[in-house]
Amino acid sequence: MSAEVVQSRREWLLSERPASRMQARLGRAYVAWRRFSANRLAFIGLLIILALVVVAAFAGVLAPYSPTVGDLKNARLLAPGAAHWFGTDDLGRDIYSRIVYGSRWTLYVVILVAVIAAPIGLLVGTVAGYAGGWTDAILMRITDIFLAFPKLVLALAFVAALGPGIENAVLAIAITSWPPYARIARAETLTVRNSDYIKAVQLMGASPFRIVLRHIMPLCISSLIIRVTLDMAGIILTAAGLGFLGLGAQPPLPEWGAMIASGRRFILDQWWVAAAPGAAILIVSLGFNLLGDGLRDALDPRSGDQ
Amino acid sequence: MTAALSVEGLEVVFDRFRALKGVSLEVREGESYGLVGESGSGKSTLLRAITGLAPVSSGTITVNGKTLGKTRDKAFYREVQMVFQDPYGSLHPRQTVDRLLQEPLAIHGIADGEKRIERALDEVGLGNGFRFRYAHQLSGGQRQRVAIARALILEPSILLLDEPTSALDASVQAEVLNLLEEVRRRRKLTFLMVSHDLAIITHMCERLMVMQNGEAVETLTASQLIGHRVSQDYTRNLLRASEGFVRTA
Repeated sequence: MSAEVVQSRREWLLSERPASRMQARLGRAYVAWRRFSANRLAFIGLLIILALVVVAAFAGVLAPYSPTVGDLKNARLLAPGAAHWFGTDDLGRDIYSRIVYGSRWTLYVVILVAVIAAPIGLLVGTVAGYAGGWTDAILMRITDIFLAFPKLVLALAFVAALGPGIENAVLAIAITSWPPYARIARAETLTVRNSDYIKAVQLMGASPFRIVLRHIMPLCISSLIIRVTLDMAGIILTAAGLGFLGLGAQPPLPEWGAMIASGRRFILDQWWVAAAPGAAILIVSLGFNLLGDGLRDALDPRSGDQ
Repeated sequence: MTAALSVEGLEVVFDRFRALKGVSLEVREGESYGLVGESGSGKSTLLRAITGLAPVSSGTITVNGKTLGKTRDKAFYREVQMVFQDPYGSLHPRQTVDRLLQEPLAIHGIADGEKRIERALDEVGLGNGFRFRYAHQLSGGQRQRVAIARALILEPSILLLDEPTSALDASVQAEVLNLLEEVRRRRKLTFLMVSHDLAIITHMCERLMVMQNGEAVETLTASQLIGHRVSQDYTRNLLRASEGFVRTA
């Protein structure tokens, strides 16, 4: 692509007079992207998350061994080396392959929790904030009750009731992680509900449902995305914690938390069994945190002319 | 001529504060009616009570012969629209002009949206070049034009104007006022206009009501106000204040 083409595309994106809906939307996204990519660390975070997605998608190609079937006879607890990059565990399974496959479970947990918890929080928060009165009081007291429990303990209780397993762990984490989102959404809603532009829509004859869905929610979404991204690390750690306690993923699933738990028994002599999944959790959590920070700078409605 | 909008003994109470104390007025069809008074005199509250944004505790409001109940229906909003004071706060920050204008059409299920939006933008003197801009890409005057277009797109017969130009600078003010005049003439609209600027009111309105502390002080015609033929001291003070600073030797 020649320099002029790039230049004219940029002008098209940054045009003050967009000619179509599409151009206006793309221009807006481009401005946010420029602000985001100017932040080095955030960019690194994005790369880490993209790498996680790629690894999860191509786990079958990237992993040299089976994640669940080991060589008990010849390959128990081997130190990292050329044949097994991160060594092997007590059942003779290649740890590198397990980590590669484990990225799928990490992504599964993170995405499912975000997809379940964020919409619940958004809905509860915006409805409570916009409706006010009794609706607000009831919804927010329910939220307070959920907030009052320590997250991991409540998740433990749910898993204990529902039975161990990664699906139930996801459900338990989702149930315990929506209240902060409801809080944020409600706070955002309260700041905009009395603004003239919402009044103007009321004067159009819009139903409360429409106002919440189409006019208030879009304003809450960016702060919610930021918060969810920053919480991703916490979600991974909670999932790992549940896995570590034996209540999340069950063997032989290569879930990172469960891998640390099984490596705990020989942490002094065969440190790599626990260290490799620990490092993976660390890197991915860090990636999500960096990404969240960058998104905050790029999307925060209070910064600049968004 | 019949009354397009009449208000009888309207009371508005916010947490025991009586913002309006039994105000009555009648606006004839096609007339431009002004409300003047100092800040806090209840002018804006009166408009908000009519639109249903402020709680009416007693009194009746009649629009085109229909007495309004506690809630306003969609048909009401097709008859009565409002332009807000602050053009910087009355446009949604995340919506393009196109989206803003589409919303009322979508709510009322009006089919020929494309044409109406183009016509509305033309009418307020904004070309299609403004259609896909966000509010932050517009100047104050342009924003107010968009707000006027939004109010007009449902083709109401009554337009409530809450100090539509007080947030704009003088030259832009004149442009917006001319635009409003022109729109009123073309569409035979009824205006109920709030302002604290007597010059604007005498320019725009045939009759006006002076308000103070949530009460009507007196009702005048524009020519009475220009000729200073007023009966109340408060109005006289207002007139004197509007003449500005007078240097005494």
